Amino acid sequence: MSISSDTLLLLLGITLMYSTPMVFAAQGSVISEVSGVVNIGIEGMMTIGAFTGAAVGYFSGNPWLGFICAGLAGAVFGLAHAFASVTCKADQTVCGIAMNLIGPGLALFLSRVFFDGATQTLPVVNKIPKLFGSRGLPGTLNNLNVDVTTVLALLVSIVMWYIFYRTTWGLHIRAVGEHPAAADTLGINVYKVRYVCVIISGMLAGLGGAAMTLAIVPQFMPTAISGQGFIAIAAVIFGKWTPHGGYLACLLFGFAQALTVVLGGGRFAVPSEILAMLPYILTVLILILFVGRASAPKANGVPYNKGSRV
Amino acid sequence: MKTSLRRKFFGNPFVLTIIAIVLGFAVASLILLLAGFPPKESIRTLIQSMIGRPKDIASVIIRSTPIIFTGLGVAFAIKTGLFNIGAEGQYVMGCVVATMVGSMLDFPKPVAVLMVVISAMLVSALYAGFVGLLKARLGIHEVITSIMLNWIALYFSNWICGLNFFHKPGTIGMYPVNDCTYTMILPMWKKTEEGQAFLASHPLLQETLGRTDLNIGFIVAVIAALVINYLLNSTRKGFELRAVGQNIHAARFAGINVNRSIVHAMMISGALCGLGAAFYVTGQSPHTVSTLSAFENVGFNGLSVAFIAFSSPIGCIFAGLLFGGLLYGGAGLQSKVGAPTEIINIVIGVIVFFCALSYLIPRFVDRLDAARENRRKLKRDAKAAAKAAKEAAKAAKKGGN
Repeated sequence: MSISSDTLLLLLGITLMYSTPMVFAAQGSVISEVSGVVNIGIEGMMTIGAFTGAAVGYFSGNPWLGFICAGLAGAVFGLAHAFASVTCKADQTVCGIAMNLIGPGLALFLSRVFFDGATQTLPVVNKIPKLFGSRGLPGTLNNLNVDVTTVLALLVSIVMWYIFYRTTWGLHIRAVGEHPAAADTLGINVYKVRYVCVIISGMLAGLGGAAMTLAIVPQFMPTAISGQGFIAIAAVIFGKWTPHGGYLACLLFGFAQALTVVLGGGRFAVPSEILAMLPYILTVLILILFVGRASAPKANGVPYNKGSRV
Repeated sequence: MKTSLRRKFFGNPFVLTIIAIVLGFAVASLILLLAGFPPKESIRTLIQSMIGRPKDIASVIIRSTPIIFTGLGVAFAIKTGLFNIGAEGQYVMGCVVATMVGSMLDFPKPVAVLMVVISAMLVSALYAGFVGLLKARLGIHEVITSIMLNWIALYFSNWICGLNFFHKPGTIGMYPVNDCTYTMILPMWKKTEEGQAFLASHPLLQETLGRTDLNIGFIVAVIAALVINYLLNSTRKGFELRAVGQNIHAARFAGINVNRSIVHAMMISGALCGLGAAFYVTGQSPHTVSTLSAFENVGFNGLSVAFIAFSSPIGCIFAGLLFGGLLYGGAGLQSKVGAPTEIINIVIGVIVFFCALSYLIPRFVDRLDAARENRRKLKRDAKAAAKAAKEAAKAAKKGGN
């Protein structure tokens, strides 16, 4: 196969499409982890967002309303996670796993209640629009006619980077994740910062779920969110707990998936299952070759007791 | 201050788990009520379909067996400071290898079973050991590699399913394992005329042994839990592994080979998942692996089991039975009351959530006890003060005279 510009555009388009939900989720994971709260429940929060988005989008006919409600649904889960891990100082991993059970459980339960016993919602009438409208761009350039959510995901990442490295708030968040006791003595309210961060984390995960079920596919189904949340968490570790690193890691992962789609066109003798492994093998290889020792925020996963000295 | 009776009671993990379970059902009832299903009847139906008939109890045991194994694997890893979210992938690898080996073998039963079990354990242990190696040597977080390896295992399994040599035509799965590897209790005898006649005259056995795939997997799971418990708490190796889990720096300083410990811990954890896979394939219909469109969650459920059991190997048996029971009973709930089976996932999720919060209860009781102690002390002090005042007054009176 000669690599033509058409193929490259196709690759780019699919890369952006696949990475979008993961980018939202990864930014959610970054903000929670940098503030010192491990959020392994991203997957569950995405699923509840995916369902809420599709259901509200279907009943209201307005995808943006669905998108916002998905964020709110995720935020409610974030609040529960924050309550357990900040106020109650519970084991954050256990709590996150609980979110991963409750999220999909509740999503499928509600789907059966609202959609006559079906585990998938009906397709929404209006999907989230494309960047250049339904007419699109001429020829193969139309591969770049991405969903508006793709642009939003990039914007969220940029804003996140700006907040982290250019504002006092960002400094506070990082301080709370590295050394909460020191932050506390400077008058930063550790609990408040962590609450806000974990709630935003849930919200972004919810938006990521809706980016799947309102833009990429037009409905919620049990397999709509299958592993994207976990991949996003991996992307964050991969990107060394930075918003830009997480974004690029998601793009890389999306690219590997796009590669399997483009290569899977039947021109090769590689079985589709082996191709499907590619993104995951590639990630492991890159980890082995380039990334090396992970450097998590120091206080990540450690509940803070007011007055403690470490 | 001596520990009060209620502090001892509420400090017991078993009591805390029971409280979490009760709360789990309470939240689920609330959700059922809001969704318009009768909560009381639903819960009753659920419990009835779990333990109503002897057949149900047998089925629950069968259903629980693989989850007990993966739960045990995860719990062991937690005790050694590792979060084995890769149990899912290790279980999938174990299943596919067990099926591959089992469908090719034709040996006398004990040998055949042993070969299937050993090959599944070995492959799963190596699969997990790779994660441990990357963590020990390169410092790559075990969670991230495990997540990737889970997916690789899923697609590997699907790939093997599609290979001509293993694919059974007309199905979406592989050739099932041969009879010689079956681990059900008396699988052949059950089908003979003599066996049929015997079972027919013993209704209880007919219902449990005759109608289900009752197998030796559960017994092996109990033995495995006991062995792991012994290994962790009564051996030098177990002490080393736990030391690495508790404080890696202290362990290194004490001369423990930390890197080797991490790899060994992962391998043992993986081997337990593989063991579960071997007994699933050899002990339960359909005795094969099918193409998977998504994870079957046996490994992920192991995480919940380990958490509900507070990582106690023995506790995993009971947590696994509860989990398996809820999964099995959930199907009955849907057919009899019409409530979606997904309520089960919510119940389990809420139980896990409250397990995470449950350590608050002993703390709360501590606070109550401290307050009570304080009140008593105040009372004592007040009494003493009153007495002193009285005596002082008496003395003053005497002096005055």
